[in-house]
Amino acid sequence: MVRALIGAILVGVMCPLVGSYAVTRNLAFIGDALAHAVLPGIVLGYIVGINPAIAAVPTGVAVALLVRAVSRRAGLSSDTSIGILFATMFALGLVMLARSTTIKVNIEDLLLGQILAITPTGIYVSLGITVMVILGLFTFHHWLLFASFDPLGAQVNSTRANVADYAFLVMLALVVVIGIQAAGIVLVLAMLVTPAATAYLLVRRFVSIMITAAALGAAAAVTGLYVSYYLNLSAGPAMTLVASGVFALALAFKRRAPA
Amino acid sequence: MIAAPISHRASMSLQDVSVEIGGHLALSNVTFDVEAGTLMGVVGPNGAGKSTLFNAIAGLLPVRQGTVTLHRAGQESGGLAYVPQRESVNWRLPVTVMDVVMMGRCCRLGWFRRPGRRDREIVKACLGRVGLWDHRSALMTELSGGQKQRVFVGRALAQEASVLLLDEAFSGVDVAAQEALVEVLQTLRDEGRIVLLATHDLTNLTGRFDQVLCLNRHVCACGPPEQVFTPEVMEQMYGAHGVRLTTDGER
Repeated sequence: MVRALIGAILVGVMCPLVGSYAVTRNLAFIGDALAHAVLPGIVLGYIVGINPAIAAVPTGVAVALLVRAVSRRAGLSSDTSIGILFATMFALGLVMLARSTTIKVNIEDLLLGQILAITPTGIYVSLGITVMVILGLFTFHHWLLFASFDPLGAQVNSTRANVADYAFLVMLALVVVIGIQAAGIVLVLAMLVTPAATAYLLVRRFVSIMITAAALGAAAAVTGLYVSYYLNLSAGPAMTLVASGVFALALAFKRRAPA
Repeated sequence: MIAAPISHRASMSLQDVSVEIGGHLALSNVTFDVEAGTLMGVVGPNGAGKSTLFNAIAGLLPVRQGTVTLHRAGQESGGLAYVPQRESVNWRLPVTVMDVVMMGRCCRLGWFRRPGRRDREIVKACLGRVGLWDHRSALMTELSGGQKQRVFVGRALAQEASVLLLDEAFSGVDVAAQEALVEVLQTLRDEGRIVLLATHDLTNLTGRFDQVLCLNRHVCACGPPEQVFTPEVMEQMYGAHGVRLTTDGER
């Protein structure tokens, strides 16, 4: 239970921190896509006998970078490239799962998360990712803010804006890997988007949104974990419903006018 | 504080520049020079290539042929600042006036340094120059069109840019706010900076701008505003409607 609690807090804090950028940049869908796209990595992890969270990291990072590369090369919008890569990778993962005779994993656990079964290695991976992403946010924050607000102006200012955009996709892929362990492939999007969207309704400035989203995310994850434990539910849906409930309350009492 | 005016002196030269977008020639053989300390209006109809020209100068679009050359006074002189059309900006991101002007300091910060006292002083001075220090904590979405443009000019100042490109800066800006913006731009011009402003608005160019570039995929004319708007140039830009505009104006 202690491991699950640590895992829940890490998910609750890290997903909304990066998710705040995704929500305000209209990139929420990419989080969902990355969660589905890491399935081949997870399955490969089970096949070769390494922790699936470790195996998911390079897959997520590769897909995140491919999204931008495919968009640029094909001249397609990001969401089209995301749609193609997400469907392809998820299908590949399902085929690998179907063809493998050695994997003894419940597909429902992959889709909905099984935080109570998180291993010590899974926690170490999450902690490692947390350190990397916090360093990344510290390093790239000003450039990410610039590139998120005025992409053309940022690009003209320096090529660092492009580097920051790639770094953002990598950080998104990394927090998705943490999120999958708790909320599963299907519901990791809720941890990325819902607390950030709730904070967007409640506070004015972007940095305040990040901090509020992290606090709301942690509260939702921990509450959801306890609810799932005592009601014998999957943790992913419980966390999602708690986060969505808070969002509904914020929507009812919001102070921000529509942009 | 902001560097001495002399450090912002720059001149720019475009020689035979052509730009292709999606297999179509968006700009053809564009040649003109801009001296240091020039406030230039770039006019032309929709699709004339005004934004394409700015994107080519800014390096956002590849140039198929020709050269864009920026001559700076010295190492300390700043680079190029780009103020895009309002549609290109993500207004959903809740940033304050101070945040946006601080973005101009990004290229001076490097990856790991946070904005320090000097950066904050520079931002304060820039906001003072564009008359928006009292609005520093306001969200960008809370400002009028003219104030938003002045914030972007403040950001260019914080960047210590020698060349400013403002795309459709008068769009959605009332005449009084246009006047306030032009006044700020004229002070930048007086420091030796080059300011290029693309606009649809052909009225009130005389007295506001030193030079006007008339564009319709090629350069129709380039010179002082009181000299360029001949019937021939207007026809090249706007067809028969353009000639009527000129003759109506003469009457």
